[in-house]
Amino acid sequence: MTGLGAKKTNKRVLVWRHSLLVRSTHWINVLCLTFLLMSGLQIFNAHPRLYIGKYGADNDQAFVSAGARGEQTSPQGYFRIGALTIPTTGVIGVSYQNGQPVIRGFPSWITLPGYQDLATGRRWHFFFAWLFVLNGLAYLIYGILAGHFRRDLVPSGDQLTAAHLKREIADHARLRFPKNDEARRYNVLQKGAYLSVVFILLPLMVLTGISMSPGMNAALPWLVEFFGGRQTARTIHFIAASLLVIFVIVHLFMVVASGFWNNLRSMVTGRYAIEQGEDSK
Amino acid sequence: MSLSINRRHLLKSAFGFVGASVLSGCDALVTNDSVNNIVQSAENLTKVVQRTLLNRHQLAQEFTEVDLSPNFKVNGTDHPEGDDYARLLDTNFIDWRLIVDGKVKTPLKLSLADLKIFPQRTQITRHDCVEGWSAIGKWTGVPLKAILDSAVPLTEARYAVFYCADKYEEAADGNGKYYESIDLIDAYHPQTILAYAMNGKDLTVGHGAPLRLRVERQLGYKHAKYVMRIELVDSFTNIARGRGGFWEDRGYEWYAGI
Repeated sequence: MTGLGAKKTNKRVLVWRHSLLVRSTHWINVLCLTFLLMSGLQIFNAHPRLYIGKYGADNDQAFVSAGARGEQTSPQGYFRIGALTIPTTGVIGVSYQNGQPVIRGFPSWITLPGYQDLATGRRWHFFFAWLFVLNGLAYLIYGILAGHFRRDLVPSGDQLTAAHLKREIADHARLRFPKNDEARRYNVLQKGAYLSVVFILLPLMVLTGISMSPGMNAALPWLVEFFGGRQTARTIHFIAASLLVIFVIVHLFMVVASGFWNNLRSMVTGRYAIEQGEDSK
Repeated sequence: MSLSINRRHLLKSAFGFVGASVLSGCDALVTNDSVNNIVQSAENLTKVVQRTLLNRHQLAQEFTEVDLSPNFKVNGTDHPEGDDYARLLDTNFIDWRLIVDGKVKTPLKLSLADLKIFPQRTQITRHDCVEGWSAIGKWTGVPLKAILDSAVPLTEARYAVFYCADKYEEAADGNGKYYESIDLIDAYHPQTILAYAMNGKDLTVGHGAPLRLRVERQLGYKHAKYVMRIELVDSFTNIARGRGGFWEDRGYEWYAGI
């Protein structure tokens, strides 16, 4: 938004953007994903290796691994994906606590708890997993019944024309955001991003998560088979979580770039300001 | 488990000692008892939901010989300490006896040869460690149901407790003997076996010789190795720290289906 008051001729109109259910499920989701990520990294640290297939342990080939090598006094951390080894000393593999190098997958500041405690990490992970699932179900049911998906997230016909897409991508790249009536709806890239998160990434997190449970494997053996085995499911769980982190980073960047306070207000009170006027286009 | 977990108290006092508040706000939350009680409530929800979805006798996935892990990881104790176990091992477990007692009509004392008289079951299953790794192995043994049918549990029996020959990460209070417990739903499950062979050979010491439990629908720490005695009980609150198992006493879920 033009916080500097550069365009005084424009009228700011508050429009209704987010329903109470969307707002509350959004913030509960923020809470859940934060705790799930931090406790998830605690769990990852208990065995910082990922595999492809039905089995995978220390003696098997890892697809991804975090670890340390070199001398004990000054170990070097690394993150390995396939044949690619990335030096990550300070963050992954080796991080510092009170100035001392500590060998651990992800650093203390991003895991829950900060110290190594798999049992607690699991307990918190599963608690927030339940909350996340129930919250997600409430959102999905509402989204279908109240027409939120159809009205707000599914791209409109006019948004899918080549000309529109071209212009929108160009605008997006320059961080030019829509004004007037066009600002009343999400742009198509935004819709695509939200749809992918709501209908692909988040369900993938739940389903790959369930696929790691031996109890659920007995109840729904086809599910873990679908993902190519328990260890592949665990790897997909990690990759999907990484994609979610990237989504959140981009999302937060766009929130700031397109008007932080306006976006924040709309997700708290539901009302979003759009600019209306001739020269605002 | 190869890692030294649950050093919370040690860490906390160490940090307190140097007067550095290294624990973040999150950690203060994690160590708060009432917060923990709420968070812990999810365990019961998981158990109830899984038990509802799971038919009592629904089998864990079984695999084929091609799926076997080339090198099944040895985890936890790799060799029980002490003269008693050493003597048993030296004599090829000839004097070893499995004791079945507690809330049963007929207490039993079974040698390995006795166990092998029972009908045997072989299953190729995946072992999932709580840490995240998995290994597939072929297990042969006697269904626990067969043993229980001989011992005849009394009506008040609710859990089978497995006492093991090994101690793991012995605590200052002397607590550290490995033990586990399962309820009768899992005890009578067709894949719950007392395995004396793995991948077609006698169990190795690393994998729990002479006898280990397999509870295929739960995580690895439930699969007690070096089983010496099975006691049927109505409650496990008076055993060790009262949570029904070595790792349970150290904060892990008793119901380990997740």
